Amino acid sequence: MSKFKKKGDGGTPAVSTASLPDIVFMLLFFFMVVTVMRDSSLKVQNILPFADQVEKLDKKNLIMYIYAGKPSPRYQATYGTEARIQLNDKYAKISDIQQFIKEERLSKRDELRDKLTTALKVDKATNMGLVSDIKQELRKAEALKINYTTKVGDATLNLQ
Amino acid sequence: MAKRPAPEVNAGSMADIAFLLLIFFLVTTTIETDSGITRKLPPIDPEEQDPPPLKEKNIFIVLVSAGGDLFVEDELMEFEDLRDAAVTFLDNGGGTGDEACTYCQGPGDPESSDNPVKAVISLQNDRRTEYGTYIAVQNELVAAYNELRNREANRLYGADFTEMEAAFNDPNYQDDKEELKERIKKIQEMFPQKLSEAEPKR
Repeated sequence: MSKFKKKGDGGTPAVSTASLPDIVFMLLFFFMVVTVMRDSSLKVQNILPFADQVEKLDKKNLIMYIYAGKPSPRYQATYGTEARIQLNDKYAKISDIQQFIKEERLSKRDELRDKLTTALKVDKATNMGLVSDIKQELRKAEALKINYTTKVGDATLNLQ
Repeated sequence: MAKRPAPEVNAGSMADIAFLLLIFFLVTTTIETDSGITRKLPPIDPEEQDPPPLKEKNIFIVLVSAGGDLFVEDELMEFEDLRDAAVTFLDNGGGTGDEACTYCQGPGDPESSDNPVKAVISLQNDRRTEYGTYIAVQNELVAAYNELRNREANRLYGADFTEMEAAFNDPNYQDDKEELKERIKKIQEMFPQKLSEAEPKR
């Protein structure tokens, strides 16, 4: 009997979990630093087309996003199925684009204003008419650097 | 009055709280970087000027119709053949004298483009063309340029053009950036990306 008791006394102590919060906090800060908050929720369908000749867009804070596509299923009852543009969190008209670009420019520091890129996230089933209108507005707003955001993949997948 | 020692706060649940925060951030944030085809729009000129004179043979017209059919120089073409057709056109080098192309490896057909520096690809589309199709065509044309640029970059510097560009954009690149910039510029001058996107027809 006493033999066993003695063993229990001198056994290995439980592993201290006191530093676990620190480890988790470290992970938390890591993720907070390397990631970007999703700043707008999508109100349009956004199945991007595929392309393989792509360039990466780093520097998230220098990108202005313009979304276009059909309204998402839950908005279709109100807004119909005609393709629309989304700027920030709202549906927008073609004529709102210039104002949007202007505001985005003002929110950036002077030296960075030339480096802004417009990322067009357009659903692949959208008609080119809408895209051309967007491009025309961007030309008027002198936001000439654009990027057709795509998924990386074989371009022939778009044709199916 | 006997002083009671302050009880120690139990920190055991701290880890749970931190995990909760961690999971919240994991869910609401995105890591993946966007990628896509970068293009430059032509600026709007204040006054209407006449476009610079272009020879008919230096223009390569690619038309994507409303139904998604591809017409190259007014002839129906399969999507798979577009890249090769564009490469052949750009690399033709049919010019003589001042317009001769010293690095072209194409057939030198006098009916096709004189020099890659002069060759223009005109991409036209209908307002009802699907965006996906348009991007696919755009992608093939950029691929044609990249193919030729890679060829020349390999010949001159022993590296792919696309890799050179990626290295140039990489902030951690160690070697001489100026030299790399010069090289990229040289290749870009050999095959300038003259891809005109006309406004669509009604």
